[in-house]
Amino acid sequence: MSAQRDDESLPPAAVDNLLEAATAHDSSGLLFDGLAIHQDDGGTYSLETPDSSHEDLSRTDLEAALYEVPALVTNWHFWELVVAGQGTPRRAFLRWCEGASLEPESDDESDAGTGPDPDDDHGTPVAERYRALETGVTRHWGELELTARLAPDVEGHGQGRRVYDVRHVEDADVPAHELEGHDHPHEAREIVTTDEKDRYRPLKTAPTLVTGWHFEGLSGDDFVETVRTIYPATIANWYREQRGELDVDHWLETAERQTGIYDIVDELPREAVEWVAEACCVDSQCVKRREWQYEDGDELAVDGGDGVFPCREPCSLVTAAARRWTVLESEDEKTWHLELTTSEMNQLVEIVDAVAEGRTDEIREADVYDGANRYRARYLRAKRMGDGSLGHEVEGDAGHDDHDSESGHDDHDSESDHDGHDSERDHDSDDDH
Amino acid sequence: MQALVIVAHGSHLSPGSAQPTYDHADTIRETGAFDEVREGFWKEEPSFREVIRTVESDEVYVVPLFISEGYFTEQVIPRELRLEDWDPDRWDSDGTSASQATLDVGDAAKTVHYCGPVGTHDAMTDVIVQRAESVTGDPDVGEGVALVVVGHGTERNENSAKAIEYHTQRVRDLDRFDEVQALYMDEEPEIDDVTDHVDADDVVVVPLFISDGFHTQEDIPEDMGLTDDYRTGWDVPGEVDGQRIWYAGAVGTEEFMADVLLERAADAGADIGDALDQVAEWTGGAPATGAGD
Repeated sequence: MSAQRDDESLPPAAVDNLLEAATAHDSSGLLFDGLAIHQDDGGTYSLETPDSSHEDLSRTDLEAALYEVPALVTNWHFWELVVAGQGTPRRAFLRWCEGASLEPESDDESDAGTGPDPDDDHGTPVAERYRALETGVTRHWGELELTARLAPDVEGHGQGRRVYDVRHVEDADVPAHELEGHDHPHEAREIVTTDEKDRYRPLKTAPTLVTGWHFEGLSGDDFVETVRTIYPATIANWYREQRGELDVDHWLETAERQTGIYDIVDELPREAVEWVAEACCVDSQCVKRREWQYEDGDELAVDGGDGVFPCREPCSLVTAAARRWTVLESEDEKTWHLELTTSEMNQLVEIVDAVAEGRTDEIREADVYDGANRYRARYLRAKRMGDGSLGHEVEGDAGHDDHDSESGHDDHDSESDHDGHDSERDHDSDDDH
Repeated sequence: MQALVIVAHGSHLSPGSAQPTYDHADTIRETGAFDEVREGFWKEEPSFREVIRTVESDEVYVVPLFISEGYFTEQVIPRELRLEDWDPDRWDSDGTSASQATLDVGDAAKTVHYCGPVGTHDAMTDVIVQRAESVTGDPDVGEGVALVVVGHGTERNENSAKAIEYHTQRVRDLDRFDEVQALYMDEEPEIDDVTDHVDADDVVVVPLFISDGFHTQEDIPEDMGLTDDYRTGWDVPGEVDGQRIWYAGAVGTEEFMADVLLERAADAGADIGDALDQVAEWTGGAPATGAGD
């Protein structure tokens, strides 16, 4: 076909397929990403693109005209025949990855009588998208850097095929050959299982994803499956949110739904739920953006975070931790007597901070200026915890206090014994054996 | 389009808990019987709560990778999946006979075929026998050998023991092993006294558990006297009171489990083509009980 540009090779049958879709007798035309074909009453066609407008085209004229706009043809071919899946999170996610509108206007709209309108909002226009895709369009998804690229025209696929790369955001500038290469989506299971200290990651969206790996040149399906393996269900929930249909289950609904050993979590006080969210659900602990509140109309004060994808209900980890806190919050507060220097009091704060921020491993062995240094903690224990406790309960009688302090210690021990047993029982009861 | 969703327990503490689920899901993916195969977990992600929305298919076959009918299969999973109008009576089960129920879900326009757990399916008997073959390395294992099926016990759920008894009787009916005995961790007859309950020189012990964990890798080997300390491991076979104990580890890790998952879905109406033949060929599994379900 002389009209075909020498430097473009269209996917096999792309123009034929497009013509068929646009000129079928039950079709009033086609509108896709700035490409508009309208079937006129007299059996002729009009073709509108962002840069041109043709009317009174015969089918043959239309075919020739399509060869003049290869990017629009290959774009249609990729989205409608390769990706397909209209109305699915997968498709919307792939479109988001390259800056396209999530769901291009459909033929249904033109059927509805409004007619194709190439001036509708399509996100970034195709020509501009293609220019960007030549070098790669990059998005962030949690700790992932996602790149959409136009694939080289090899293996007879023709132009317009997209391929996708996935790596850790922190590896953005690392040469590919220095990263461990993967090509099967499920190889990501191993990547997500443990953190850099080889500890199990029970929460996939914890910001502890290891670095040093990449997936390159994935198909759309494999790309989505890879992201799904690393961050399960995030695409589905993001998609619902994009459509204004995210079904958020707030704390109280989720807590009241629980049964069995989790039946008690709805007894957790309102203010404690704030502390739960601050402990577990902020950006430093989870890359999801918390959308659930205490209940509808009663928002938590804690910031939900800046994540790209939403968290629509308290997860199982939060629920399990909340069960523990529900039990602990049922205890009465007591007044304690303990004797510490100002520096020792400050040291306790430093120790709690170090554990809460997960930085105990970073404290240097000989850094005795850090209150959470191991030697500092051991010294404090040797000096102040001779009987295993920091202080004793204030009840007026010193002798009595000592006794209480011991029994308090016993309680604590038996509680942790009980916990150990309990957690095993949780495990048992959870298995339907 | 049809999807298979395998729902399993998972763990917040143990990285290996979900492995059997992934392994069997991968085997079934390889057959191509379903357009989509997904895993959903109680303690991991995607959660039961959000797994259905991750499939594109309209017809979704949900198979619980659990041993018995009870709290999880009757309450937790249906609630979390938002199965509408679910009632355990929909299974019309005597405790081991649940097949499936067809239901709508509250968060997606899909039809869910909610299947009974793998543990009570007749094909599970075949997997137990297969496990005995695997651990002994003898495809004809049976003569002169005792088979012990170990269950957790009835502490919370009477159906738990029912599933153990059910398969024990079915293996007994095969007339293949000299003795077949059900033993429990938490009730009589106890696994601690395994050598009191069977006489054969060779005893194959198969725990009816989904994945290896505290019970199968710590409690049971120590309870049987196979080892004083699970951390030092044990021999297979190991000797206890002059009898050779072939301890198999959790039956749920047997590759042929993929067959049970497929059969559950097929019983519920899924079109699985020749997937069962493929799985049998790959895993060396065979329906020891004959016609399957």
